[in-house]
Amino acid sequence: MKTFRKICICCPAGCHLTVTLADDGEIQVNGNNCPRGDIYARQELCDPCRTVTATVAAAGDPHCRIPVKSSEPVPLALIDGLLAELYALAVPLPVTMGQILLPDYRQTGINIVATRTMCP
Amino acid sequence: MKTLEYEIAVIGGGAAGLTAAAQAAAAGKRTVVIERSRELGGVLLQCIHSGFGLHYFHEELTGPEYAARVQQKATEAGADFLLASTVMQILPGKKGPLLTVYSRQEGVVWLQAQAVILAMGCRERCRGNLGIPGDRVSGVYSAGTAQLLLNREGIVPGKRAVIVGSGDIGLIMARRLTWSGVKVACVLEIMPYPAGLSRNIAQCLEDFGIPLHLSTSITGIHGRNQVESVTFAPLVNGQPDLTQEERVTCDTVLFSVGLVPENELSRDCGIKLNPLTGGALVDEDLMTSLPGIFSCGNVLHVHDLVDFVSLEAERCADSAVRYCARERRPGSQIQIAPGANVRYVIPNQVTPGQPHHLLLRTSRPLAAAELQLRDTTGNRLFVKRLRHLRPAEMISLEIPHDCTAGAKGLVLELEELN
Repeated sequence: MKTFRKICICCPAGCHLTVTLADDGEIQVNGNNCPRGDIYARQELCDPCRTVTATVAAAGDPHCRIPVKSSEPVPLALIDGLLAELYALAVPLPVTMGQILLPDYRQTGINIVATRTMCP
Repeated sequence: MKTLEYEIAVIGGGAAGLTAAAQAAAAGKRTVVIERSRELGGVLLQCIHSGFGLHYFHEELTGPEYAARVQQKATEAGADFLLASTVMQILPGKKGPLLTVYSRQEGVVWLQAQAVILAMGCRERCRGNLGIPGDRVSGVYSAGTAQLLLNREGIVPGKRAVIVGSGDIGLIMARRLTWSGVKVACVLEIMPYPAGLSRNIAQCLEDFGIPLHLSTSITGIHGRNQVESVTFAPLVNGQPDLTQEERVTCDTVLFSVGLVPENELSRDCGIKLNPLTGGALVDEDLMTSLPGIFSCGNVLHVHDLVDFVSLEAERCADSAVRYCARERRPGSQIQIAPGANVRYVIPNQVTPGQPHHLLLRTSRPLAAAELQLRDTTGNRLFVKRLRHLRPAEMISLEIPHDCTAGAKGLVLELEELN
């Protein structure tokens, strides 16, 4: 049996989670104040993911960045590659909040969307 | 000089101001937001990370998305906006507060209001406020300035950074810098516990293996033109122990060492300030010591979550709307003061016997504590057990009707439990 301590990152409450992984593979989560903590802890043990936020360049304006986010949390192993692709993009303005700037990243179903409406 | 007339004037177009304006305008009041920048949204526009809105909009949003939502609410409710406009002074007028506004669009104008909502937010403490010794070199930023440069303008400040202070902006910037190809060497925190939210320690430092040195003070910034290194030492009996001093190479230093409510305007017009918060002293209606002038958001006290800013701004706007309609709370006001282990409590005055909505912070981390509301003779009027209290995390408390009936004064304490 193995025990892990985790801080839940789902909301600002930051619950102190204790996760036990039994020898038969059963996972038990304690310390969460809501069901999201349980889901988070299990996900964290098998495939940790994070929502990625970054900026992409607005085409033609070197000092204007468009804020973006991933539509879903991204597996940790894919984040560096995703960031490199985002920093290589140059998107012409205008963009609308929610507009998909990079669809279906590496067939994960994760889209990169603009988080702000911006005009030239 | 031209005079603009509004029922409610909101100073500041960030989260607090926009939410307050939306609420006041939705109640039918002619409302204007006066914003010194050319765009609305305040600091949210540079907070591109997610984690906002879970309480207020019941979904997770980034800063710019949150700003767009509250701006849309204010616009749809019919509020007007005066952008690129600065309030220079607030004078007591016969019809209510009279503002002098310097506006790019309108020139110098009077603005006659019945009620004013102060929502100017806060600014960062910087190196100069702390008196950090060493060379005056480039590469030293407040965390929020680096955030502005990086997130709005795409300027990466350096290659290797040290972050001084573990406030939330510094923690968020540790991740942002790492994701921008900047190596964050370490975070230094003078207190024995982190200043930011636990989840930001987890997702911004631990995810990247960035060391957090607690009870550690920066002892110098070194370099010729650009930062070349910083030195730091652990605190022993409250003083940095220079025999244990270490040096770390870096070209960038970020300070995330606290926020100060921006109350120069309030002070100039004679509003009484609270030395514990840097914000105005307020009653239960969030009205300051000057009648008709209200305060909410980070200019009142520094919040950890924008959601709480918006909730407070709604309450503040409701009070301002009632004030315009001459509907004030009945009864006398009594003082409520922070006691043991309580850094501050908002509001500073309440009406006894009413239900109270209190916001407070613990002055130090407490694993378990009993919150006690006492009257001046020591009687316990309300008791609640709380766990995992940290100075970084604001406590919101509802005191039921009648608990405080007959009290002449109140003290709020946190008694540590083992």
